[in-house]
Amino acid sequence: MARVIKLRKGLDINLKGKAAKETVSTSCPGEYALVPDDFCGLKPKVVVKEGDAVKVGDALFVDKLHPEVKFVSPVSGTVSLVERGDRRKLMSIRVQSDGKQEARQFDVKGDVKSLLLESGLFGFFRQRPYDVVANPEDAPKAIFVSAFNSMPLSQDFEYILTGQEDDFQAGITALSKLAKVYLGVSAKQTAKALTAAKDCEVNVFDGPAPAGNVGVQINHVSPINKGEVVWTLGAEEVIFVGRLMKNGTVDFTRTIALAGSEVTAPKYYKMLVGQKLTTLVEGNVKMEGSRIINGNVMTGIKTTADGFLAAHATEVNVIPEGDHADEMLGWIMPRFNTFSTHHSYFSWLFGKKKEYVLDARIKGGERHMIMSGEYDKVFPMNIYAGYLVKAIIAGDIDRQEALGIYEVAPEDFAIAEFVDSSKLELQRIVREGLDILRKENA
Amino acid sequence: MNPIKKLFDNIHPYVEEGGKFHAFRSLVDGFETFAFVPNTTSRVGSVNIHDAIDSKRIMSLVVIALIPALLFGMYNVGYQNALATGHLADATFWGMFWYGFLAVLPKIIVSYAVGLGIEFTVAQWKNEEIQEGYLVSGIIIPMIVPVTCPLWILAIAVAFSVILAKEIFGGTGMNIFNPALITRAFLFFSYPSAMTGDATVWVAQDTIFGLGYKATDAYTAATPLGEAAQAGFAGFTPDTVQNAITGLIPGCIGETSVIAIALGGLLLLWTGIASWKTMLSVFVGGAATGYLLQALGLTQIQWYEQLVIGGFAFGAVFMATDPVTSCRTECGKYVYGLLIGFIAVLVRVLNPGYPEGMMLAILLMNLFASLIDYCFVQKNINMRAKRVSKK
Repeated sequence: MARVIKLRKGLDINLKGKAAKETVSTSCPGEYALVPDDFCGLKPKVVVKEGDAVKVGDALFVDKLHPEVKFVSPVSGTVSLVERGDRRKLMSIRVQSDGKQEARQFDVKGDVKSLLLESGLFGFFRQRPYDVVANPEDAPKAIFVSAFNSMPLSQDFEYILTGQEDDFQAGITALSKLAKVYLGVSAKQTAKALTAAKDCEVNVFDGPAPAGNVGVQINHVSPINKGEVVWTLGAEEVIFVGRLMKNGTVDFTRTIALAGSEVTAPKYYKMLVGQKLTTLVEGNVKMEGSRIINGNVMTGIKTTADGFLAAHATEVNVIPEGDHADEMLGWIMPRFNTFSTHHSYFSWLFGKKKEYVLDARIKGGERHMIMSGEYDKVFPMNIYAGYLVKAIIAGDIDRQEALGIYEVAPEDFAIAEFVDSSKLELQRIVREGLDILRKENA
Repeated sequence: MNPIKKLFDNIHPYVEEGGKFHAFRSLVDGFETFAFVPNTTSRVGSVNIHDAIDSKRIMSLVVIALIPALLFGMYNVGYQNALATGHLADATFWGMFWYGFLAVLPKIIVSYAVGLGIEFTVAQWKNEEIQEGYLVSGIIIPMIVPVTCPLWILAIAVAFSVILAKEIFGGTGMNIFNPALITRAFLFFSYPSAMTGDATVWVAQDTIFGLGYKATDAYTAATPLGEAAQAGFAGFTPDTVQNAITGLIPGCIGETSVIAIALGGLLLLWTGIASWKTMLSVFVGGAATGYLLQALGLTQIQWYEQLVIGGFAFGAVFMATDPVTSCRTECGKYVYGLLIGFIAVLVRVLNPGYPEGMMLAILLMNLFASLIDYCFVQKNINMRAKRVSKK
């Protein structure tokens, strides 16, 4: 029987527009893009030219420091654009799909690591510390996979898994050849493919968000010490690995949850990584005054309808932007329709069942850290979150190390940033802190 | 479009950089953010949704929590005046209240005008938003001075504490000491005659706009704690204790009524603005020390009397729980509170000069709060270091 780890700290935010359990396929032709910025900590080097023909699984760009880490095309077709921004920064590589999905065949008999590197799947691995693309030269002490996402409006992995159980298990088995695999499962998940997964240690997590964050799970199962490296991989990306193992080809098909209050009929859509979002949002979303988020509402990036599905995104959330709300006297009005953990509002009266429509406003001005213990209440790790954030703001690297910065990723601070009455941008602060630390330690 | 929003939109060009009235940017900004929740949306790379709570609402709630004590304080000012002049029988409730209101209002105006004036200037100078912290300090300060405190002294004290206790540290959230208590400490050491003097300070002695009564001779009335100190801590009569709970005793304007303070305290605890850990442990620390000192025969005051008399309750509820200057670790809050209670009662009983110890206890612990936190944070750091060496 798997170990059950009970988490008390955290917060479940009940937002309107959860995806119904119904999957729709989207059309395949059109333009696709792979965005290097989706892979944190990467220095990309382009290996194709505009006009080149590519198959599914052909490299588009590689990591300059580790050229064996390849990032491959999700479709077959022609490279239509190598988009560069300021100072020739690589923004994206666009591929015009020919709709045939001709795929490169990989030899699955050999070494798993070289197969993953060659097929572009290794690029999806992330490492702690620093929450960046994994370094293939490291020997990780473990690979962590979280089989659930506890953030609001997120994908229900158990639903997506239906019909892909074998691929998932094949993926876990392949990972277990690299390092010990830990699978984090929610207490609400009952699928045998998860709770009785083989070749891995299953831990059950019972608690509110961010219990589904892999960082929280690592902290409770096998905390990272200085000098240690842990790799993490998204649950759906494990299915990518499984498909590769079974068929010898890469297939980046995701089942995306299109969810949020501004979606007319929230449900699941089959999409490829890098697919244009127009195919998804057109006709399904109220466009006027909406914010389309590439990824989860808590961690995703604001995008436009002609953006491309981010590499790690498991959902596309659409919420009101709210920049013309002009709400009066917010400091004293009861504001019954707004959600707050604070008892000066009335969310506590309406229970946990009520669904809220939240817009993208910050709803206050940025201040110094005034209240104490706000972060700790929603930060289920054995870390003083407020002190760590202060150490990062102060740029005190020794203290950051001592307080456990190696164990955290920006996403772990998402709920804390939500509840923060001082409106500090915690995820950005932590991201910048990790980047500086990585540079210093390099 | 909302007409008020339109008004602000029309004013904007004048106060922006290069505008004719740029010097009033922070002022306009301050009023606009109070009138409307800012329409700023979250930036790329941060959380897309936010909780509706912000520091404006938090600070406003603390002000609301202080109102019962303030209103009662106003009434008590009139009551004490009538009592001292022997007119209690013919004084009306509203008469006494309006008298107190008129006595206290100028202090509130001076406190806010001086304090907020400095805040607006600093915000303008640093090109920042107005910080709301002074809204709370500005109402607390008139409540913790005697009713006869001259306005010019109050103004100097407020300016001193806002500049030297808060702004030079970087504003609300960065200060080490509670600004309201620094104001009081400044008054206490610089103008002792206006703060305790010959015990004539606690009761208003003159009429205001025809309201109230004029004392024929200078009327002296010490606070019950002051009387007790003079009498060698002989203990209180049950009457005094009962009056201390309702608040009909001489003392600083807002500190007398335990009932009014409790109302505010409940609001702070329910909304989670004040930490129950700090508040509870201040009372526990005070009660335990009071019990101990009485058992040792050093004082005749019962432990429960220590908690209701003087500024103990007001300090425990509104000042010790200031999130900025108190401990930030959850365990630290217990230690911090217990020590405040302990030192406050210790100073009361063992210090021959001045009968009240709450102000100095909290200020002293403000200084030690980060040291207490240091111990608990270091425990976490050591745990992590040990994990590495164990391997």
